[in-house]
Amino acid sequence: MSILSKSRICPETGLFFDDQAEKLIKWNAVTGVVFLLVGGAFGVLMALTRWTEVHILPADWFYLLLTAHGLDALIVWIIFFEMAVLYLASSTLLKVRLAAPKWAWLGYWLMLIGAVITNVMVLEGDSSVMFTSYPPMKAHPLFYLGIIIFAVGALIGTFCFFGTLVLAKEQKTYEGSLPLVTFGALTAAIIAVFTIASGAIILVPTLLWSLGYIAHIDPLMYKTIWWAMGHSSQQINVSAHVSIWYLIAAIIFGAKPLSEKVSRMAFLFYIFFLQLASAHHLLVEPGLSSEWKIFNTSYAMYLAVLGSMIHGLTVPGSIEAAQRKKGFNKGLFEWLRRAPWGNPVFSGMFMSLVMFGFLGGITGVIMGTEQINIIMHNTLYVPGHFHATVVAGTTLTFMAISYFLVPVLFRRELWLPGLAKWQPYIYGLGVAGISVFMMAAGTLGVSRRHWDNNFADATLGFDYPAAAHMFLALNGLSGLLAGLGGASFCIIMVGTILWGKKKGDVAATEPAPAPEPAVHQAGSAGSIAVPGTFVLALIFLGSFILYYYVNWKYLSEVWLLS
Amino acid sequence: MTSQDNNAQDGEHEHIPFFQRMLDNPFLLLFIGVVMPTVFYILWGVMEIATIPIATY
Repeated sequence: MSILSKSRICPETGLFFDDQAEKLIKWNAVTGVVFLLVGGAFGVLMALTRWTEVHILPADWFYLLLTAHGLDALIVWIIFFEMAVLYLASSTLLKVRLAAPKWAWLGYWLMLIGAVITNVMVLEGDSSVMFTSYPPMKAHPLFYLGIIIFAVGALIGTFCFFGTLVLAKEQKTYEGSLPLVTFGALTAAIIAVFTIASGAIILVPTLLWSLGYIAHIDPLMYKTIWWAMGHSSQQINVSAHVSIWYLIAAIIFGAKPLSEKVSRMAFLFYIFFLQLASAHHLLVEPGLSSEWKIFNTSYAMYLAVLGSMIHGLTVPGSIEAAQRKKGFNKGLFEWLRRAPWGNPVFSGMFMSLVMFGFLGGITGVIMGTEQINIIMHNTLYVPGHFHATVVAGTTLTFMAISYFLVPVLFRRELWLPGLAKWQPYIYGLGVAGISVFMMAAGTLGVSRRHWDNNFADATLGFDYPAAAHMFLALNGLSGLLAGLGGASFCIIMVGTILWGKKKGDVAATEPAPAPEPAVHQAGSAGSIAVPGTFVLALIFLGSFILYYYVNWKYLSEVWLLS
Repeated sequence: MTSQDNNAQDGEHEHIPFFQRMLDNPFLLLFIGVVMPTVFYILWGVMEIATIPIATY
């Protein structure tokens, strides 16, 4: 029996919106943006403190705000937005009401309460244990409790997503297989369940340890299980933002995947193997065997990387196929030149795709290789890499889809459209700079999570090469640029919601357009040549091979074998 | 019988390959997606750590 609920069809896009799902999408997305603003502002201060000549924060504030930056930007903003994506990919794309909306609201409030508690504990100054909170560093018990409450809320939201899939199947709102975007969101939800369960396994005893009920937490045991949560949480992001790449390709171009089966298999590789890549954080731990490390990284992780490379080929390939069908057939790249580069939905998404692959993907494989990982393990290279995956990859994608979603959800026109046109470029350039310059400094040995890059307080002095300080200064400038881009995004979103010109209701006689079939149905684009995409893929592979062997050369120099 | 009827009948009795059925079952995928990393990453890793000999002085 279907339960009646209020819903609407968007007059511009033809998308279905269940009333409760729509409210939850709005609240989760807006709350996420608030935490992005907070976490992003702390991030700019990090970049300015690492800039040797500026060095803006004292040590205690540096570690305090680094903890808050990691939590807010890496977890809270992204998981809130991912909840919005899950509700969109299930209720809206499958045209069904949201299952158990009261539970979904409970999940939302738990996430918010948990995030606020943890933030307050960090800002009070007695929980500066970094995002990873490795024992024996001990935070206030409420720090751990806040994260646990947040995770429980996220788990509830994830199960509401699964319930909505069941409801859609029962009510036969789709035929055959799940649409690819929803399948990608399902991948994110599956990884979320493992992530949250792993978090509970390790954070509950850590909470009891901080309360004094458990005497000892083994640091290696903690690190191993914590990373099952810490790294997998970033794999939720990857699955979610790749799904949105397909969604944006479908919305903007009406693009269908080159081969739906191949794209689906790539998501299946994520489900099977992506979470095992957590092991690359433990590649220098002496207590774990090479067999464990190499199986989880150099075998399993590479299959997940293969999944990402498939998506990296099929998303631009699907866009090229759709553009060529429209007649943009001149040369290799007319389809790309004639793409809507002034539309922030497309420009943000495409820059995200390129930077995720070239900067985040290639360097991720380097760090996942046991031998060459040692060159940059625990250096600034690591945050350089994950700023390419999480910030350039996920955050930029989420920003891009917001330019589509916020006007649709709030029925308002975009505020400051001129700024919106430039915002993805400003932010993208800033983030690319952060990523490249941190990795460059890391390659020269600059340690991560270290306030004193001049070693002024160290008993034994040490000097990084002068180039490292130059890269840290460039990182600071890039941080300012990214901060400007991030602030612009928040201003545009808040302005659109509060002051954007209201869209008039379309007359009842005028039917809403049918949504793009590529969004709602499974299916492939059919046989169409995509030579431009294959040239881009070959450039990517060439860069990948070159950079991989350059790092082996670096390793040979570390061992003084050259 | 028209060719349209034939097609409809074929559709009803269409054999769905095993992999397709697996991909269409979210809860089977959830099971695999949780069991794989639990066995290969967590259990294997925890067993290795738990079997490290304790140092003696």
